[in-house]
Formats: sequence, structure tokens, C-alpha cells
Amino acid sequence: MYKEVDINLQNDTLRIKFPTELTLYTISSLEKKIAETQKNIITKLFLDLDSVDFLDTAGAIFLHNLKEDFSKKDVDVTILFRDDSQQATLDLVEKNMHKSAALPKSPEHNILRVIGESTYKSYQGFISFLSFFGELFSSKLRYIISLKNIRFKEIAFEINESAIKAIGIIALTSFLIGVVVAYQSAYQLKLYGANIFIVDMLGISIFRELAPLITAIVIAGRSGSAYAAQIGAMKITQELDAMKTMGFEPFAFLVLPRIIALIITMPLLIFLADIMGIFGGMIVSHIDLHITPSLFMERFREVVAVKHLYVGLVKGPFFAFLIATIGIYRGLMVKDDTQSIGFNTTKSVVESIFAVIVCDALFSIAFTNLGI
Amino acid sequence: MQQIIEVRDVHTVFGEKVVHNGLNLSVNEGEIYGLLGPSGCGKTTLMREMVLLQQIASGSIRVLGKDVSKINEDEAQALRRQWGVLFQFGALFSSLTLKENIALPLIEYTSLSQKMIDEIVRFKIALVGLKAEDANLYPSEISGGMKKKAGLARALAMDPKLLFLDEPTSGLDPISAREFDRLILQLREMLGLTIVMVSHDLDSIYATLDKVAIIENKKIAYEGSLDAIKSLQSDFVQNFFGMKR
Repeated sequence: MYKEVDINLQNDTLRIKFPTELTLYTISSLEKKIAETQKNIITKLFLDLDSVDFLDTAGAIFLHNLKEDFSKKDVDVTILFRDDSQQATLDLVEKNMHKSAALPKSPEHNILRVIGESTYKSYQGFISFLSFFGELFSSKLRYIISLKNIRFKEIAFEINESAIKAIGIIALTSFLIGVVVAYQSAYQLKLYGANIFIVDMLGISIFRELAPLITAIVIAGRSGSAYAAQIGAMKITQELDAMKTMGFEPFAFLVLPRIIALIITMPLLIFLADIMGIFGGMIVSHIDLHITPSLFMERFREVVAVKHLYVGLVKGPFFAFLIATIGIYRGLMVKDDTQSIGFNTTKSVVESIFAVIVCDALFSIAFTNLGI
Repeated sequence: MQQIIEVRDVHTVFGEKVVHNGLNLSVNEGEIYGLLGPSGCGKTTLMREMVLLQQIASGSIRVLGKDVSKINEDEAQALRRQWGVLFQFGALFSSLTLKENIALPLIEYTSLSQKMIDEIVRFKIALVGLKAEDANLYPSEISGGMKKKAGLARALAMDPKLLFLDEPTSGLDPISAREFDRLILQLREMLGLTIVMVSHDLDSIYATLDKVAIIENKKIAYEGSLDAIKSLQSDFVQNFFGMKR
């Protein structure tokens, strides 16, 4: 069975008798033992493989390296093989080791270089996003010239996928937001005896801000990421290239239907979120502040102007456009490996939520200055 | 000679669809064994069953003396270290460079020093015919043929006794494909490997295989050497081997 290595030093002759196994699993301990041996005075080295039953290529590499190292120090190295197959394994190793140069070092980067590279990359990313935008508009123009070119079937499919199937989660989320906002403010309003003002507050905050934002965030997480992942996967499997070679413009088949579908459905989803949010607030008002639903509705009609509803709905198509274009753009940025799907999907969600919030801020400024 | 793989009465069923209906075959030590058959006949499925990626419905498969359907996790792990698998498209890990891909099993399973691992990786890279300067590239930066060679280097990293190759020469140019054949023969010679492969490449089949099994109509239509194969009454064999020679 397995024996320890036998290292024997006599005068200037080192004799290493290897154990039965000279393989991957044994050479690290051999390496240590040989390193401990005094090597300065050696002029002759015998590597004895007589009792070695298993010699794999790793073991042969080890022998080869020993031989090279000692030969450099003018030591006379002799390898005693037991059979031809050992010799053949070592020959195979030697032939290939001489053929290949040393492995290049993994590149190391200093911090300046990393910062510079990442800045340049984001600059390039911005430029390529602009070029995507340009292509989008030019292809949009081409397709809107004729109604025949609009792909109603794909649009209907996307409406079902990214809006109708999202109704449940959007209704639930906005209902809960209505409940939470009403519940939190009910406490404050009670202190001042201003119970009835909860109607004004809910109406304006939900219609103008909360419903559009919540809808946009849910859609960005749900559909924006799906667009990035779907289109990214299609890119990896070369489906996009196949479409191009067959003369199907990916922009017409994949990009525009998704954007149009979201632009159409986003205001409708926001409207749904409005209803559910107000409904949630109404329930809390009834329970917590004893404002009956009929009183709530009466007050609602008096104080919440319809313009607040329109302000919220108008944002819908803009948010939809941002979410869809960023999702698709990220999908098209996927490179030829599986990791970049995950990377770009994450990015699509982060970037589209950010873009939606920036856009919302711009709207706020514009509406305030316009006095709406 | 010792039997490395023994397949007995294997049935495989996907839902309603029967893929294998009683397969029997055996692979001996040191053989280069080919699984052939028309597309969709379940060659790759059988190979996946051998390497514990898929369950069989009934029957038994013994690999290196272990029954793969009744194996416990420790034995399975020990078995996995003794074989190497080359997938059709290389299946390199896309987050790692070629060097790291090949070194991964060495780092995980042995206590070798970094220097020794680098040396082993260098040898494997040279052995499969890659260049040392490619070692730091990522799988997305290299061609399909190089991915295959790197996949083979990774499969060979632990010096396995048994090598599974899924369509090793498909997608390679003829010169690389013939080099690959020579490499496989050389490896068998040098390292005493047993190789099981699925292949459609006639040149490679004639150059390398010692023994073939033809799977047709859910059963083994033929098992044996290539010499006697042409006399076999089978549409697949007549069409496939009739094309050349």
C-alpha cells in the first residue's frame, strides 16, 4: 500500500524513492518534504520510480519540474523508470511543457485605471443609449407612416403579458398604499380634529403622485426586467441575428410592440391604481376616522379637482416609454455570456426606476410652474 | 478485461414518451466506445444517465463498479472525481477565465500549491493544443473550437480514468477535428483512458472508435466492432455508413 517517500542523502548523491502513488493527491506533501532537504551540496540526483504503481500527468509534471530545477544547478539527474509507460507519460509531459510558454499573469489594475475605465464605459453606454434612441425614432417614423406596418397581434400579446397579467399585483399594491397612507395620516389629523381633510390629502397625493409612481415601479420590476431578459436570451441564442438575416427588423417585431403596448396600458393601470388606492383610504377613513363612504365621496367631489386625475394619467405614457426603452436597450446590450443577462436585467430595473423618478420630478416642476 | 460501464435493461421514459426500452451494453477498460444512432434516439440521454445527470426509469447502470441509481452522495462525489465530461459546446463557466476553469477542480479537490496548479494548467493547455496566451481569456472571447479544447482540458484536469465526450468534433474545422482524434488516441495510449463518446463524424468514428453501439428504435441495434457493421440490416446503418467508403 501507500508508503512514505524515501529521501536518502549520501555525500553528494540524493536518491528519492517515490511511493506507490505519484498523483495529484500526493505531490503536495512530497513537494514539502523535498523542499526541506538540503540541496546545496548535491551533484547527483536519482529519481527512483520503481515502486510507483500510479503515475498521472500531474506526477509527471512534478518530476519534470524537479529535473529542470536541478539541471539548472548543474546536478546530474537520472530517472529510474519501472516501465515504458512511465517513460511515455513523462515524454508526453516534456513535449508539451517545452511547446508552451509560461502562462501570462492575470492582469492587475490599479485604482486610477479602474476609475478611468468605468467612467469611459459609462460614457460609452450613454452614447450607445442615445444611438438606440435615434434608431428607435427613425424606425418608429417609418412604421407609423403606414398603419399596415403596425403589428397589432404582437401588441395585443404584449398588452396581455405585461399589463393584464399585472392587474392583480398593481391593484393589491396600490390598495395597500392607500391603506397605509390613510392610516398614518389619520393619527396626525385626529390630533388637530381635521378628520375630513383626509379626503383632500388622499385624493391629491394618490392621483398626482402615488398611483403613477407605484404603477411605474411595479411595471419596471415586472415587465422591464422581463424585456431585458427575454431580448438578452434571444441575443445569446442568435435569434436576433436570424431575424435580421431573414429581413425581419427586430425593432418592428420586438421593440415597438412592447413600447406601444406599455404606452397604451400604463394610463389604464394608473387609473386602476387610483381607484384601488382611494378605496383603501376610504376603508381606513371609515374605520379609523368614522367618515362614512357617502360623506367621503361627497367631500371628494367637492375638493379634488379632476385635473389631479389627468396630471397622474398624463405621466403614464412617459413612464411607460422610459421603462420599455430601458428594458429593451439593456436586453440588446447583453453580450455573449450568461452572466451578462443577469447583470443587464438588474441594471434595467435600477435604471428604469431611477429614470421614472427623475421624470416625475421634472413633471412636478413643470406642473407647478404652469400652475396646474 | 475489466468492465468500466455496464448498462443492463435500461428503460427511460419522459412523460408519455419512451426513449429507451431495454438497453444493454458494456464498455471495457481502455476502449474508445461510440454511441451512434439517428437524431433523437437518446444517445445523449444515455450518456447523461451515466454521469448522474438524469434518472433511469428501471434497469441498472454500473459505472466503475458503482450502480448509479443506488448510489449515495459520498460515493457519487468519489465517482465524479474519476471521470471527466466534455459537453457539446464546452460548457465553460462564463465568469471564469480559461485558466481558472481548468484550475477549478484542482483547487477544489486537491491541496496542491498554486505554482503546481499553474504548471498542471499549463500542461493541459498545451496538451489540448491551446496557446498559453489564451489562458486569461474569458469563454465569451474565444471561438467554439477553442471552447471545446478548453472544455477537454478541464475534463482532463484531474487525470480521470474515464472520459465522456458529447460530439467532440462537431463544430471543429477538419484539421482540428483530425488533431482531436489523434489527441484522443494519444491520451488513451498514454493515460490508459477509457472513452465513451457520442459522435456523428464518420472520419472520427473510423479513426478512433474500437467498439460502437447503435441505438435504434429504443433498443441497441448493434454492439461490436466497426468491421462487421455494414452487413447489418438497418436503415440508419445503411444510410450513415453507406455515405462513404
